[in-house]
Amino acid sequence: MALPEAKQSATEARIAALDLPSGAGWAKAARESALARVVAMGLPDRRDEYWKFTRPDTLVQPVAPEAALFDPHETPIFDTLDRLRIVFVDGVFDPEASDDLTLEGVAIEPLADATQADIHWARDLYGVLETRGQDPVARTLAALNTAAAPDGIVLHVTGKVSKPVNLIYHHKSKTSDAMLHHLVKLDPDASLTLLETGPGAARLNTVTEVDVADRAAFHHVRVQGRDHERRAVTHLFSRLGEESAFKSFTVTVNGMLTRNECVIELTGDDAVAHVAGAAMGDGDFQHDDTVFVTHDAERCESRQVFKKVLRNGATGVFQGKILVKAGAQKTDGYQISQSLLLDGDSQFLAKPELEIYADDVVCSHGSTSGAIDEEALFYLRARGVPHEIATDLLTLAFLAEAVEEVEDEALREEVVGHLTGWLERRRG
Amino acid sequence: MLEIKNLHVELAEEDKSILKGVNLSVGAGTVHAIMGPNGSGKSTLSYVLAGRDGYKVTQGSATLEGADILAMEPEERASAGLFLAFQYPVEIPGVGNMTFLRTAVNAQRKARGEEEMSATEFLKVIRAKAKDLKIDADMLKRPVNVGFSGGEKKRNEILQMAMLEPKMCILDETDSGLDVDAMKLVSDGVNALRDAGRGFLVITHYQRLLDHIKPDVVHIMADGRIVKTGGPELAIEVETNGYSDILSEVA
Repeated sequence: MALPEAKQSATEARIAALDLPSGAGWAKAARESALARVVAMGLPDRRDEYWKFTRPDTLVQPVAPEAALFDPHETPIFDTLDRLRIVFVDGVFDPEASDDLTLEGVAIEPLADATQADIHWARDLYGVLETRGQDPVARTLAALNTAAAPDGIVLHVTGKVSKPVNLIYHHKSKTSDAMLHHLVKLDPDASLTLLETGPGAARLNTVTEVDVADRAAFHHVRVQGRDHERRAVTHLFSRLGEESAFKSFTVTVNGMLTRNECVIELTGDDAVAHVAGAAMGDGDFQHDDTVFVTHDAERCESRQVFKKVLRNGATGVFQGKILVKAGAQKTDGYQISQSLLLDGDSQFLAKPELEIYADDVVCSHGSTSGAIDEEALFYLRARGVPHEIATDLLTLAFLAEAVEEVEDEALREEVVGHLTGWLERRRG
Repeated sequence: MLEIKNLHVELAEEDKSILKGVNLSVGAGTVHAIMGPNGSGKSTLSYVLAGRDGYKVTQGSATLEGADILAMEPEERASAGLFLAFQYPVEIPGVGNMTFLRTAVNAQRKARGEEEMSATEFLKVIRAKAKDLKIDADMLKRPVNVGFSGGEKKRNEILQMAMLEPKMCILDETDSGLDVDAMKLVSDGVNALRDAGRGFLVITHYQRLLDHIKPDVVHIMADGRIVKTGGPELAIEVETNGYSDILSEVA
């Protein structure tokens, strides 16, 4: 079917502005095939149902809108933790600022190197999970990333890795337009914690494909940069084997536009997938969590926990779906999305969906929007806690259910500490 | 300490008069009790003094050590030394009891220009006070009042009072929902805080709380006014004869 004319011309304009990277034969083929998918599906526009609540224009337009630089004047999150740092500045790998890429239990290399090799395991993953994730809903910005991302990080996890790998994204040019494509392959019984921190660029598009083999575990904690004007579209694609685990948590504070997509396929029995997010937005802030979890095996568990605090006209979006295929018996699916609206100007738009073809499953979902609890606020104030501090305490309490999804105590405390600090600074 | 003069209060949302000229003076070092039938305005009086939304003061004044508390925000009243032990303490999921108390103690200290309490000192003080009220470490760690029994909630109120060391304590039906043992524990906690520099206003339906917390003065409130004032014997009279005799006597 031919694309609508406006969509086709927007897609062509975007492609014309791309600088397609070079690579070995397999990488070239993968990128060309991705580009063909982009042409066939067309980039999203506001008429697309899947983009009903978030306008994709600025993510699609050929030139990224400028984003002012922002210095948070604070100790970067996770700074005190022992971790392997890999630094990208406006999407460009910075080996000088990064640690040596050697760590027991994981082979680490930049994607740009992997795509130059004639033979590489990455061939079997690059664009593969992204392609699977295009059905039943097109995610063309992810295909665009596969076609054009010049770099990223490629991780082959063979054992239990003792410390986290931290991808650190700096934003130093107000016109930067970055695409990064990461691959994570976990062998059976392997485990890894991946941290992603920072804004990355004025406009950032990331794709992370995570293949989790039987009994392997992938933990992911992401803290998106606080630059007020930045824009980002991120995609996490994961496939899970038997008894494996995928746990991802994202904090978003500020940013003009953020769309975090997560697509998970539970393909092995007894696997567990948790996706959670805590977002705080003030003013010109559009934050969209779009999650699609497919249960295609027995006795798997999935959880989606998303909380957003919105004020001064900020907008929060949640589109979450649990698809339980025929045969995925004993599925345990849970989904909750909640917003705390601190004033009448802010809005939360939610579209929770369940689609179930198995007859022996437990699936629940809920979505709420509410104002601050006046009774609790008065109780705190009657004990001498000033209005603004009381509001912040209740805000943190509201986000707590999502933050508790971070299992590692040290990481969780860092997240809570930073959230607390950001609220304090906001009060001035 | 606390001076209430000719206080008239209406509900903010509807044209309904609740307090119709309350006069009350609680001196430092004394315990006053207010008794009265349901709907007489006792709880409203406590809420209006603490600064809860939803009420409109149409006449009169309330001062704490000469300062106009009705013009203050609830947190300013607290820092000025006013404390309300709630009839229904509020559950706050996600906020740890300890965090809550430390934030409150230090916010009040800061408002008064005093030095904040260090984490170590706070821990030392709260442990000692919690022990007296039989509040265990688990209750301190749990979210504020969440999953607490009726008695635990009231003990937690008294713990807050002990930590905040207010000048003027208002206890709104602190005996409701308490069994005999819990009432003893709560009363002991209150009595331990009785001090020459501190005033108490104890609001209750029943005389039995006043067996434990012995008042100096007892007031009977009805239809938004204090209709009779006397000594502790007035509470016993209520217990024996009910309110109807007193009410018909003053009518």
